[in-house]
Amino acid sequence: MAGAGVREYKRRIRSVKNTQQITKAMKMVAAAKLRRAQARAESSRPYTETLTGTLARLAGVAYDVTHPLLEKREDILKIGYIVITSDRGLCGAYNTNILRLVTTAIAEDGRDLESGIIAVGRKGRDFFRKRGGVDAEFVNLGDKVNYADAKEIADYVINAYENEELDEVYLIYAKFINALRQVPTITKILPLETPTEEETEEHYVDYLYEPSAEEILLTLLPKYVASVIYHAMLEGKASEHGATMTAMGNATQNAGEIIDNLTLVMNKVRQAAITDEILDIVGGAEALNKGGK
Amino acid sequence: MADNTFMLEIVTPEEILYKEEVQFMVAPATEGEFGVLRNHAPLVAALKIGVLRYKDPVGDEYRIAISGGFVEVVDNVARVLAETAEHGQNIDILRAKASKERAERRLSQRDDNINYSRAKMSLQRSLARLKAAGEKVD
Repeated sequence: MAGAGVREYKRRIRSVKNTQQITKAMKMVAAAKLRRAQARAESSRPYTETLTGTLARLAGVAYDVTHPLLEKREDILKIGYIVITSDRGLCGAYNTNILRLVTTAIAEDGRDLESGIIAVGRKGRDFFRKRGGVDAEFVNLGDKVNYADAKEIADYVINAYENEELDEVYLIYAKFINALRQVPTITKILPLETPTEEETEEHYVDYLYEPSAEEILLTLLPKYVASVIYHAMLEGKASEHGATMTAMGNATQNAGEIIDNLTLVMNKVRQAAITDEILDIVGGAEALNKGGK
Repeated sequence: MADNTFMLEIVTPEEILYKEEVQFMVAPATEGEFGVLRNHAPLVAALKIGVLRYKDPVGDEYRIAISGGFVEVVDNVARVLAETAEHGQNIDILRAKASKERAERRLSQRDDNINYSRAKMSLQRSLARLKAAGEKVD
């Protein structure tokens, strides 16, 4: 009789403890993956920086160059949104925040235009599938962000832009600040705005260009789009693991609190049961004493 | 720094593949191959898919397969930016051969479902990789 309540609590505590172990392990895995994602982001920096720097210099020399990717359109009919989310859940509000930014951006655009979603990551795809569908999807890309995947997305977007299926393209991803903070960000990637560089007299170098500054600039533009997308995917991946880490850390803490509460209640129940039993015994002894008289 | 060398850096989005002093480098520019020695004039050149060769300070020659990009030479630093780059000695010849044959097969079948420019690029890339690996290619 007395053991029944206590046993029930014991069972529940054990179950919460199991969950806690899982969330703790997931937090540690996320921390390791975060480190790896950061290292990858770090090793992509020399490429991105050199490409951006050269492009800025080329744009300064070849300022009158024209290319479809650089041209602002007069008639804008459809806007593309590249939405970078995660494939898996259990990462707190990570995906929700990104998707909210997309829906508010679409709602607040005010031009009442058609929008095309290019979903990178399963969560974003599933979300938009229920709301009018996606134009293209790139899912199950794994934890290792590949440049080849970024290039494929860039090729798709550039192609759609050049065929006038899309007239403007935005990129939405979570910028990684630190493991606790990820900021959903939206940037316009097409039409392309070439990076600019303030060139001071002393840094000025007179380069030879082969074949010509214009032609090099034109071949670099698609690569620049790919590198911007690649960078966003790397940031997104780091943010995802950061968010998972925080979410799982909180879950572990919550589990600890539940265990503490349950233990407290269990002890109270046990105490009450013991008190009951003592009362029973005392009562019984009393009754015997009275009966013996 | 020896007085006849310059710094060669080969940078891809995923890593810095190579960063060492070299004596000499030949890069596959879109307008034909060109060589770089120490004290080259500042230059930016577009590169095509092909093989980049360099000589290390000892005089040994190495090859790297690159998939286009550009090279920037300034102050005795030659920085090559390519979307992919691979050391010749690390290239899996069997795989490169297989992908060359696949690309050739695609190009020979006149099928509308095949993206020609893509297959052509893939053929060029596998040829560059085979050349970099030291295979004879016709």
